[in-house]
Amino acid sequence: MEEALAITDSIIDAHRANPEALVEILREVNERRGYVTREDVHRVAERMDLPRSKVYSVASFYSLISLEPLGKHVIRFCEDAPCHVAGGREVWEALEQELGIPFGQTTPDGEWSLLTTSCIGACAVGPVMMVDDDIYGNLTPQKVGEIIARYRDAETQGGTA
Amino acid sequence: MAYRAHVIISGTAEETQQVKTAFVDTIDALGLAGEVDVQEAVDITVAPRGVEAIVYPDVTHYTDLTPADAQLIAEEHLYKGRPVEGLIFREREVEPLDTPATKEVRVVLRNVGKINPENIEEYIAEDGYAALGKALTEMTPDQVIAELKTSGLRGRGGAGFPAWLKWTFARQAPGDQKYVICNGDEGDPGAFMNRRVLEGDPHSVLEGMAIAAYVVGANQGYLYVRAEYPIAIHTLRIAIEQAREYGLLGQNIFGTDFSFDLEVRMGAGAFVCGEETALMQSVEGKRGQPRTRPPFPAVSGLFGKPTNINNVETYANVPQILLKGGEWFASMGTEKSKGTKTFAIAGKVKRTGLIEVPLGITVREIVYDVGGGVLNDKAFKAVQTGGPLGGCIPEKHLDLPVEYESLASVGSAMGSGGFIVMDEDTCMVDMARFFMEFAQEESCGKCVPCRVGTRRMLEILESICAGKGQPGDIERLEALGQYVKLGSLCGLGQGAPNPILSMIKHFREEYEAHIYDKKCPAKVCRALIEYKIDPETCIGCTRCARNCPVAAITGAPRQPHVIDPEICIRCGICAQVCPVDAVRVE
Repeated sequence: MEEALAITDSIIDAHRANPEALVEILREVNERRGYVTREDVHRVAERMDLPRSKVYSVASFYSLISLEPLGKHVIRFCEDAPCHVAGGREVWEALEQELGIPFGQTTPDGEWSLLTTSCIGACAVGPVMMVDDDIYGNLTPQKVGEIIARYRDAETQGGTA
Repeated sequence: MAYRAHVIISGTAEETQQVKTAFVDTIDALGLAGEVDVQEAVDITVAPRGVEAIVYPDVTHYTDLTPADAQLIAEEHLYKGRPVEGLIFREREVEPLDTPATKEVRVVLRNVGKINPENIEEYIAEDGYAALGKALTEMTPDQVIAELKTSGLRGRGGAGFPAWLKWTFARQAPGDQKYVICNGDEGDPGAFMNRRVLEGDPHSVLEGMAIAAYVVGANQGYLYVRAEYPIAIHTLRIAIEQAREYGLLGQNIFGTDFSFDLEVRMGAGAFVCGEETALMQSVEGKRGQPRTRPPFPAVSGLFGKPTNINNVETYANVPQILLKGGEWFASMGTEKSKGTKTFAIAGKVKRTGLIEVPLGITVREIVYDVGGGVLNDKAFKAVQTGGPLGGCIPEKHLDLPVEYESLASVGSAMGSGGFIVMDEDTCMVDMARFFMEFAQEESCGKCVPCRVGTRRMLEILESICAGKGQPGDIERLEALGQYVKLGSLCGLGQGAPNPILSMIKHFREEYEAHIYDKKCPAKVCRALIEYKIDPETCIGCTRCARNCPVAAITGAPRQPHVIDPEICIRCGICAQVCPVDAVRVE
């Protein structure tokens, strides 16, 4: 527990526990850990002298801060109009089929989370999705299969995609 | 360092690096390292195709490159002077970015894709920071404002408020501590102009902000950039460091008593934080919820201090206006909408990407001349301008000049410059549903009409698309739309009904078809279409039946087949595999 919170502490320290930086701090914890735990919220509140409710209200407001554990790999698929017009529906279906879960859920083995995201600004190459920090554009149902397969292969070989 | 040739590469991250490495390695091996420079840019041309490279000054455009291709190009073209014909992109000529033929005039985008954004000297070489120098040493703040007023520059974030007036308010506001903020939270689906400017020419924004700070009397600035733009943030941070090193940020800039520094602040995935008061809340470490105005940010903004907040593009225009004069800027555009504007063209159009054109150009010119026309030459249906808070422009308004007032007069808006082209295969009810889904998702929840009203509108739209529309639904949507607009504090709620209301206005028959006839004319809404096999055309090859994932097709070999609409899931596989095109969608 303390070990996990060491990450949170170091992020708070880097921002000198400045209450203005609350959004940044929580986002960075999310980036490092994959999501924000209840203990993180409490720790932040304690060290920054803020009410827990306030920290929680900020954490729950922003979509890049997740209070739920997510899979090892997080797919964020753009669900907005330009990507939709460019053929998003077929890719949407391919994603659900490939991972075997509906949007909004994590696979039972904890490997993949399938989420939607609002526009990420790569509209000229839509449909677009992010897998962790990488952006993939010009998607087709076939490409989706290839991309996911690459991550899966990398897993079994113990490397990174 | 006098390079005789430049290679500019762009593409998706991983593959670009491999190609770039191949170029650099081969160039080194051939002893050309001092003569040929290799740079990366992001999205260099209008229609990205794999990893691309342009060799300057020849302007030879290569696409779909592999590392082996890079080696070949380095050996043949760069070393021996023989362009590799087989790899050149021939489908369309790449024109230098600024020609009368393309109808573009690149002011804000002038350096994007041409200079290395991570090298401040390249910006300086293009008259970078000369405007700041001029302002600080030759002009008073009032003179800068006068130049801006002559230029007619209006806020490019979407509201179109005169920039000179906004700066004047902040300048006149009493207070010792003032701020300037750049709104880089570009969240409109379809808009990525700000991203490109921040990635490709960050100094133009820094310079614009510094000039604003000089005018309003601020010494501290913030660049709020959405977290979904990591490259932009990376480029900005480098740019700020370099500007500090060169004394263009920090204490006593250009030896005057003007001091100004700034930092980057990241968003965390909330579209509403593009609203200026919500943005300031976010910078203060709070939930990004808008607040009432007055007081306006110019009087009481960040931390309660006078704050000037403008869009990325607004700031990026300022240095050029000071160097070339307000009259130069005002010589482009129309009477009330001066200058140029960037647009991001996306959707069913042949050339997607970024353009910058003088305001007053018609919608038709943008779609057909600059955009190359509708993809696959299908019939044009509408263009969505102003993103999710704008409206659609149907065919009858194609000759409308693109400017603030004229777009508003037909129920649309300029917005930040998103331009989504839709064709005959787009369902205007489905699109409205998509836009409303976005608004619902991003509503901050503060105002009941927005929070609940958008949900109710979404529910009605979803039921119409599912074939359960009721008489009176259109009228309910119109009424709800009015309540949401009137009862919302910020632009999100005020604008959320716009796409729906404008689509009902211009495509009412489509809505009526969904509700009364239970049909989707564009054949998009799954619940309202049927896949039927034409018995005259069917040859009974059984391929459709064998490929149907839900066994909905029956028929004996060499007899016409039949699809059971109760079982059919409208996946379209049968239509794809049919060798004689016998499957019809109705």
